[in-house]
Amino acid sequence: MSRFNPDRRRLLHALGASTALAAAAGIPGTSLAAVTGKRGRKIGHVVVIGAGFGGATAAKYLRKWSDGTIEVTLIERNRQFVSCPASNEVLGGNRAYESLVHGYDGLRKNWGIRLVHAPVTGIDADKRRVRTDGAGDFGYDRLVLAPGFDFIHGDIAGYDAKAQESILHAWKAGPQTLALRKQLEDLPAGGTYVLSVPKAPYRCPPGPYERASQIAWYFKTHKPGSKVIILDANDKVISKEKLFLGVWESDYKDIIEYRPGWNVVAVDPVTRIVSSELGDKERGDVLNLLPPQRAADIARVAGVVNVNDRWADVNWISLESTAVRNIHVLGDALQAAPLMPKSAHMANQHGKAAAAAIVEILSGREPQPTLMANTCYSLIDDKRAIHVDSVHRYHPEKKVPLVVDGSGGVSKEPSVEEGLYTRAWATTMWKDSLS
Amino acid sequence: MKKTALAIVGSLSAVAALAGPGSTATPATGHTPYFAANCANCHGTDGKAASAIPPLAGRDRAYLEESMKAFKNGTRPATIMHQLAKGYTDEEIAILAEFFAKQN
Repeated sequence: MSRFNPDRRRLLHALGASTALAAAAGIPGTSLAAVTGKRGRKIGHVVVIGAGFGGATAAKYLRKWSDGTIEVTLIERNRQFVSCPASNEVLGGNRAYESLVHGYDGLRKNWGIRLVHAPVTGIDADKRRVRTDGAGDFGYDRLVLAPGFDFIHGDIAGYDAKAQESILHAWKAGPQTLALRKQLEDLPAGGTYVLSVPKAPYRCPPGPYERASQIAWYFKTHKPGSKVIILDANDKVISKEKLFLGVWESDYKDIIEYRPGWNVVAVDPVTRIVSSELGDKERGDVLNLLPPQRAADIARVAGVVNVNDRWADVNWISLESTAVRNIHVLGDALQAAPLMPKSAHMANQHGKAAAAAIVEILSGREPQPTLMANTCYSLIDDKRAIHVDSVHRYHPEKKVPLVVDGSGGVSKEPSVEEGLYTRAWATTMWKDSLS
Repeated sequence: MKKTALAIVGSLSAVAALAGPGSTATPATGHTPYFAANCANCHGTDGKAASAIPPLAGRDRAYLEESMKAFKNGTRPATIMHQLAKGYTDEEIAILAEFFAKQN
């Protein structure tokens, strides 16, 4: 600590040395190196677009694993982070919305990441530059693209901009989470809530079934006689099937109705009636529609969407796009590997895999495949939870990560112990990704 | 500090070499075996967390290694770790135990 080099001295002077030292000493995981770079050396500049679980994690671990020698600019249009994981608990009345909301100061202060809050309007892959609306342009050595998903609204006839004002998805946490909670609170006892599930793949495979369970719990305890109807475009519950069906039978028998193979193709926002491709109809007092999904718009702008016009394919060692060089893609926007879910946990792991690869590349070494793991917990009432988990190892011949034989599985049964782990997981995920 | 770090690198590299070609265990930059960050989502960055889920940082190396092996072979019951532990080789488990034992 006593041998500061001139660069570091100058920086400390500029920051006010006592403040910088206090910050470095007081915050776990912080070091002067993380702020200034090892001996002031720089090996590259990485721009990360999107500060969700994937992008924020990539930014943090790039700084951590490069000892601050990689400069990181993180571009995110929102000033606050609102967590999708745990947002179903808000709908069930089991969690305060405020607990989902987090700032980005930890990434700035603890890791020396430059935060830019602006929308990205263009990416020039040849010149390696990102253009923003209002915050200028940024050159990069490597770009990390963690854009999340956008809906394909057009797949549900009648679900236009006007209809979207009253018929919510709440599948990106934020104002819609609060608005849907309000609709549920305003629902008279005996009313009907209808949730549609798109064909897989979509963000958070067990999410709709957890949401149905949370809302059924709310109806059971606060709105006697109300019903939850799940219209699932898939032909079965696609995650933790036996566990969810078991809970619905034992706890929510007269509340939840599950209809597999029910693909919503049209909605009438006035009568609140949805129709299936087979002509079935269902009316809900509260409609909650989840349209099919694809990689978010900015992924198209970048030119990395090369699977079915929906998802981005990557090299699974580096997570570099197979369509555009020097761009690494993470999270929900990916054409996922076999049995790899579009989850927050997985996006965080993608962020680490990409960070490791980029540190290796910018250090002049060959990136190596890394293991990835997933855990998705679902709370089925106010206390008990169930999980699904897996470990994914890169297969050198097939060139994709595959679930390790014998690894992973689901809970034996719902338990309070796993409920406690679920809430601990959320808190730890926020910290690991954001501070 | 520096000497300790070098010692860790040395032992990690030795274990990684045993894991053989195609191993994901190689701690390429020397200071962190990248895959140890897999554990951070639940156990905290570098294994540091104060929650219902047990922290890993600073725990006894042999205890961590034997616990993971017991989860893996089914002799120690768990809600989830018996499933996750099966995803890692014994060599990787040794690297994880070494890494987390050294965090403080």
